[in-house]
Amino acid sequence: MSGILVIAEHDAGTFAGTASELLGKATELAAVLGAPVTAAVLGDAPAASLGGFGATKVYQATGDFSSGAAVADALTAIIKAADPDIVLAPATFTSRDSFPRLAARFDAGMASDAMDLRIESGNLVARRPVYAGSIESDTTVLSRPAFATVRGNSFPKVENNGSSAEVEQVSFEATTPSTTVVETLAPESKGIDLGTADKVVAGGRSLKSAENFDSLIRTLGEAMGAGVGASRAATDAGYAPHNEQIGQTGQTVSPNLYIAVGISGAIQHLAGMRSSKVIVAINKDPDAPIFEHTSYGIVADLFEVVPELTKAIQA
Amino acid sequence: MKIGVCAKVAADPNARIKVASDGTSIVTDGVKMKLADYDEYAIEEGIRTKTAVGGEVVLFTIGTDKNTEKLMRGGALALGVDKGVLIQEEPADSLAVAKLLAAGAKKEACDVVFTGKSSTDEQSFQVGIMLAELLGWAHVSQVVELAFDGDSFTATRAMDAGVRQKVTGKLPAVITCEDGLNTVRYAKLPDIMKAKKKPLDKVSAGDLGVDVGSAKTQVGNMAPPPPRPAGKIIEGDAATAAQELVRLLRDEAKVL
Repeated sequence: MSGILVIAEHDAGTFAGTASELLGKATELAAVLGAPVTAAVLGDAPAASLGGFGATKVYQATGDFSSGAAVADALTAIIKAADPDIVLAPATFTSRDSFPRLAARFDAGMASDAMDLRIESGNLVARRPVYAGSIESDTTVLSRPAFATVRGNSFPKVENNGSSAEVEQVSFEATTPSTTVVETLAPESKGIDLGTADKVVAGGRSLKSAENFDSLIRTLGEAMGAGVGASRAATDAGYAPHNEQIGQTGQTVSPNLYIAVGISGAIQHLAGMRSSKVIVAINKDPDAPIFEHTSYGIVADLFEVVPELTKAIQA
Repeated sequence: MKIGVCAKVAADPNARIKVASDGTSIVTDGVKMKLADYDEYAIEEGIRTKTAVGGEVVLFTIGTDKNTEKLMRGGALALGVDKGVLIQEEPADSLAVAKLLAAGAKKEACDVVFTGKSSTDEQSFQVGIMLAELLGWAHVSQVVELAFDGDSFTATRAMDAGVRQKVTGKLPAVITCEDGLNTVRYAKLPDIMKAKKKPLDKVSAGDLGVDVGSAKTQVGNMAPPPPRPAGKIIEGDAATAAQELVRLLRDEAKVL
């Protein structure tokens, strides 16, 4: 048993940024272990190109992966073929829905939603948020294989150097009891995916109405090319749809830039965005807890500042 | 239908959490504990399912704290759960938890098991799906809508980016519950008094015939996130401040 296997996710054949992030980090960790890096691809995607991110070999399986059961079965076959010490995946619904099955199947341990990874005494150690992100902890995974899912944007993307990896096609048996997808419902509002957005603008209850939210927050978001989010208070008040809620009971985001407009910064909201690289707040209240987390802040009326901000960006 | 519901005892999410001196756990003295938030949806869904299709609801909880029984009786047992099973162990990790729950669910011959999608403390999102694997059952995770038709079900699951999917399946299955699935009811004092008479079995891993094996993960080095260096407050009128912010984001922070 040796090496690190990275699950490379893709959208209709285009690899997600996380593929590069995880293969880059895996290469660093594998050097400590003195072991190879391999990758797994489910479905139709240019598997060989993952060689350019550091994969020495890629295992590929094809089939209907609409249910977590098939994902688990395919990855089981790939793990048996690759025989890795460590299996990494981006923290997405797909891995959340399949990795616990794999961990139980291999009588193994799993660390979820890691923000950082390292090797200590030959074991994978994942640093991860607990208690709504108010505490961070190290989870050491003692089993072989060791499973971990990693939040997007945790590691830098590496450049593809153009090398090609050997690809092995793996067949698998569908043994896990499955469900059947009968309908896929698009979200209430379709904008830039918050989970992978590079920049996010979020509005709070101070926007006072859905009309204000649209004319101020969405307009700013569009000018910036940012995903649009909202606090729970704002979605509960109907200013933005539920799927845009950021926080403990909503989405967790980790963009390079997070602009919180009229959001006080309660623990439940912080839980969803505190690991953003640069946090900016626009709030009338100088004592709002959000300012304890900001790199830049403007203490002023958002109704005056936001239109000026949109103008300044468009300039 | 024999309906299993699983609830973890966890610190109230609004409590101020402090790390214990050994860095491997939190200080629980004086911290309000409750049945974890997403597990409350599981309990509620178990009770609604019993109301809709008939059957019996069994609550599984794990722990050795003397207050756990009170939480079970004050909450789930008071609301319409028929029986409690308290597994008196301190499992080291998610897989051990799942092994204990699987044995409990098998012993009680459950047809369906509801759990929260995750617990509010560890936030691992693992136990429910590990449980399905150990039982050899199907699962649907992060469910926001559910209906049964005999031993078939239709469930809507909330995935990434606001996408939802309707799936159909057959029992037995594990359903992990997401915010929005139902509205949790809370017990009134008369119900809590009546709950004192409901059966609550206290069992050990040995009683269930489970050997959880060695720990697969280990937690340590718990600490609050490192504080951020103090940020800049940008002065000036709206236009000036806005322009300065854009300049700083572009040239200094380089995120725009």
